[in-house]
Amino acid sequence: MIVDLPSTTTSAVNHALIDIRERGGAVALGRVLTLVIITDDSAQVEHSIEAANEASKEHPCRVLVVARGLKRAGTRLDAQIRVGGDAGASEVLVLRLYGPLADHGDSVVVPLLLPDCPVVAWWPGVAPPIPAQDPLGKLAQRRITDAAAAPHPIRALESRRVSYADGDTDLAWSRLTPWRALLATALDLPPYEDVDTVTVTGAADNPSADLLAGWLRSRLHVPVRRRTSPPGGGISSASLERRGGAVELVRPDGKVGTLRQPGQPERRVPLRRRPVRECLAEELRRLEPDEIYQAALQAMTEVNGRRSGAAKSIRSDERQGAP
Amino acid sequence: MSAPHRANPLLDSRDKRLPRIAGPCGVVVFGVTGDLSRKKLMPAIYDLANRGLLPPGFALVGFARRDWADENFAELVHDAVREHARTPFREEVWTRLSEGIRFVPGSFDDDGAFDDLASVISELDQEQGTGGNHAFYLSIPPAMFPVVLKQLARTGLATHDGDQWRRVVIEKPFGHDLRSARELNDIVSSVFDEESVFRIDHYLGKETVQNILALRFANQLYEPIWNSNYVDHVQITMAEDIGLAGRAGYYDGIGAARDVIQNHLLQLLALTAMEEPLSFSPESLRGEKIKVLSATKLVEPLDETTARGQYTAGWQGGTKVVGVLQESGFRQDSPTETFAAITLSVDNRRWAGVPFFLRTGKRLGRRVTEVAVIFKRAPHLPFEKTTTAELGQNALVIRIQPDEGVTIRFGSKVPGTAMEVRDVTMDFRYGMAFTESSPEAYERLLLDVLLGEPSLFPVNAEVELSWGILDPVLEHWAKQNGPEPYPAGTWGPPSADRMIAKTGRVWRRP
Repeated sequence: MIVDLPSTTTSAVNHALIDIRERGGAVALGRVLTLVIITDDSAQVEHSIEAANEASKEHPCRVLVVARGLKRAGTRLDAQIRVGGDAGASEVLVLRLYGPLADHGDSVVVPLLLPDCPVVAWWPGVAPPIPAQDPLGKLAQRRITDAAAAPHPIRALESRRVSYADGDTDLAWSRLTPWRALLATALDLPPYEDVDTVTVTGAADNPSADLLAGWLRSRLHVPVRRRTSPPGGGISSASLERRGGAVELVRPDGKVGTLRQPGQPERRVPLRRRPVRECLAEELRRLEPDEIYQAALQAMTEVNGRRSGAAKSIRSDERQGAP
Repeated sequence: MSAPHRANPLLDSRDKRLPRIAGPCGVVVFGVTGDLSRKKLMPAIYDLANRGLLPPGFALVGFARRDWADENFAELVHDAVREHARTPFREEVWTRLSEGIRFVPGSFDDDGAFDDLASVISELDQEQGTGGNHAFYLSIPPAMFPVVLKQLARTGLATHDGDQWRRVVIEKPFGHDLRSARELNDIVSSVFDEESVFRIDHYLGKETVQNILALRFANQLYEPIWNSNYVDHVQITMAEDIGLAGRAGYYDGIGAARDVIQNHLLQLLALTAMEEPLSFSPESLRGEKIKVLSATKLVEPLDETTARGQYTAGWQGGTKVVGVLQESGFRQDSPTETFAAITLSVDNRRWAGVPFFLRTGKRLGRRVTEVAVIFKRAPHLPFEKTTTAELGQNALVIRIQPDEGVTIRFGSKVPGTAMEVRDVTMDFRYGMAFTESSPEAYERLLLDVLLGEPSLFPVNAEVELSWGILDPVLEHWAKQNGPEPYPAGTWGPPSADRMIAKTGRVWRRP
C-alpha cells in the first residue's frame, strides 16, 4: 500500500502511520532498527529503497528516505508511506525536502525514529566530509558510506580515513568480505609459514583494493604493495609471498577466482562482485564499532604504491603500472 | 579439525564479518536417490556453495546402485538444486561445484565398488585438493549401517592421518528403542570415535531453536519466572497436516512417538528446561542437556497420562483425505500410532510439580511446531469476578515453524467504560524465515559437520537417555489394544483431551 502525503508535516506522517497500523490490525511490530537513507531526489531513491527492502527481509526495519530536492524552491515536505508488498518486510517513508528544509533533514527524521531502536544512516551516493559530525550522522549509531559511489572514490576513501569515528563503515569494506574470508582460510592450511610481502592489484580507482591492502598490512605487518590493473575490473588479485611459495587469489574476469597455494591443486572459486543489497544486509548485522575496518583504513598509509591523491605517488605508481 | 597449528594472523575474534569457511574437504553421500538427499541435502550443499561457505575444490561423491556416470549424478544434483535450493541459481557457482562431483556405482556388499570409492577419494585429494578430509553421510536405513561401516573400515576410508579428519553423519531414527540404539551405537563406534559421529536432528539447526537459548539466557526478563513458582505447565507440540503418503511403508512399525517425540520433542524439552550452561561450548551445552534429560521422568499411570491415535478418513484443510489404514504400504491392522502424547515431569528443584505435555501427530489441524510455557494465574485478582471471566493464563509461546517467532499472551483491558479484562496476544516474528541470508537447518548443520563444530548434534548419551524415557510408554502401548481413531484435520483423539483434562488443564489450539 502506498499513501501520499503532499506538503505535509511530521506529525501528520506519524498520524498516518498509526492509522495504517490500526486499520491493518497489526498489534505488535518486530522492527529492529531505523534505517535512514540520505540521498538526492533522483533515480538513486528507488535503487536505494530496493536494496533496503531486500535487506529488511533479514532486518525488519523502518526506512526513512531523506531525499533532498531543489534548494531554490519554497520550503516544503512531501511524504510517501509504503507498507506491505511495496516495502519488503519494512515500512518505507520517503521524505522529499525542498527549499531551506533540504539542509535540515535531521529535524524531519527525529520525530519519526522508532523508539529505543538503533539508528543506521546510509549515504548511497556522496557522503558528508565527516559523517560522524553530520547532523543526520549524529543521530545514528552506525554510519554507512560508499566510497565507490563518489566521483573520486580514492579521495573519498582517504577522507573516510581522516574522519574515521567509531560506528563508521563503508560498502567498499563489505564488498571485500569474500576476498578476506578466502585469504584467511588459505592461511589455515600448511605450510604454516610467515608471509614476507604482499601485493594487491586492482583498478586504480578501486577503493576496495586499497582497503584490502590496508587490511593485509594491518594484520601481517609486512611490506604491502598496491599495483594497478585496467579500470572497471575491481580487485584483480592478491598475492601473499612466503618462502615456500605464494598464496595467490586471482580474479581476472570479476566473476571466478583462482586460488593457488603450495601443496594444493589450483582451485577455482565463484567470486562475483557483491550487489549492494548483500553488503547492506551484512552491514546491518552488526552495529558495534568495526575495529578491524578502522585498522585497515589507518594502515592504508603504510601501503606502497598507493595513490592517495598526492601527485608524487601517482607518478611513481604510473611508472610501475606501465606494461 | 580446521584449527590451525598456530594463530592465523588474518583471523581475529573481533572480525565478525568473516564467515567460517570449511577447510578443504568432501562429502560422500550414501543413498543419493532418497527424498531427503534430493530435497534437503543437495540443495543445502549448493546453498552453502552459493554463500561462499564451502572450500574451493569441494567434492561431492554419490554412491548408489545405479548404472551411472559422473554426469548422470551431476544431473540429478542439478535438478535437485534447481527445484529445491533456497538461493538463486548461479551458473558460475554450479560450474565450480559440478567440477567436484563424482559418482561410484555399486551395492553396499560389493567390495569392488568400495575399492573404487577409495580410489575416487584419493584422486579427489590430488585433483580437487580435498586434503584427505571427508564426511560420510549415511542417508540410508539403519539396517544398512553395519555393512557400509564395515566396508568403510575395510577400505581404510574410516581412518585418517594426523591432520586429516573422517566424519560420519547419521540421521534419525537412532534405533527404535534403547536396546537397538545401543546396538547401533556399538556398530558406529566400532568404526568411528564418538567425536567423529554427527547425529543430525534437523530441529536443532533451526534459528528459532537456537533462539530459545538466546531468549532464556541473554535476557533478564524471563529467567526469574522460568521455574515452578511461576510456570503452571509446558506444552510442546509438533503437528503436521500431511499424512503418510509415500512414507507409509517406512512409518508402519515406527509411529509418532519414535519418529518425533524421542528426538525432536525431547530435545526441545531439554533446551526449554535445562539449567544455564557455564558457556556455549559443546561440552557445557551437552552436559546441561544430559542433566535435564536424566531428571526427566514419565508421569504414571501411563493409562491416564499418555494417549495415542490413528487418523481416519476426513476433511483436512479443504481436501478429502483417506485414513491411515487406507494408505498404501500401511498394514490394515497395524497398531502403529500417528498421534502420540505423553506427560513428563522434570524432577529437579526448578521444575518440581510442573507437568510437560508433549504431543505430535500427522493429519492434525495445521502444520505447527511450538513450545508453549503456560504461567500460573495471578495469586490475587483485585477485580470483580465477572471482570476477569475471560482472562486466561499468561503464556509465552516459542513458534519453531512454520512462522518463526515468539508470542506472549497477557490480559488487557477491553476498551469501553466498564472494567473488563481479556486475553490479548503480542506477536513477534523476526523476519529471518524468508530471507536468502538465513541458513536453512540442513545448511547450518552440514557446515558444522565440515567445520567439526559439534554443539548442535546430540551425543549418544542424549539418544540413550531419550529412549530410556520413552521405552516404558512403547512397552505399555504394545500390551494395549490399538490406537484410538481421530478424524483427519482435528487435533487428535479424545483420549488426548482426557489425559490433559485430568490435570485440570486444556491443550492450546496452536
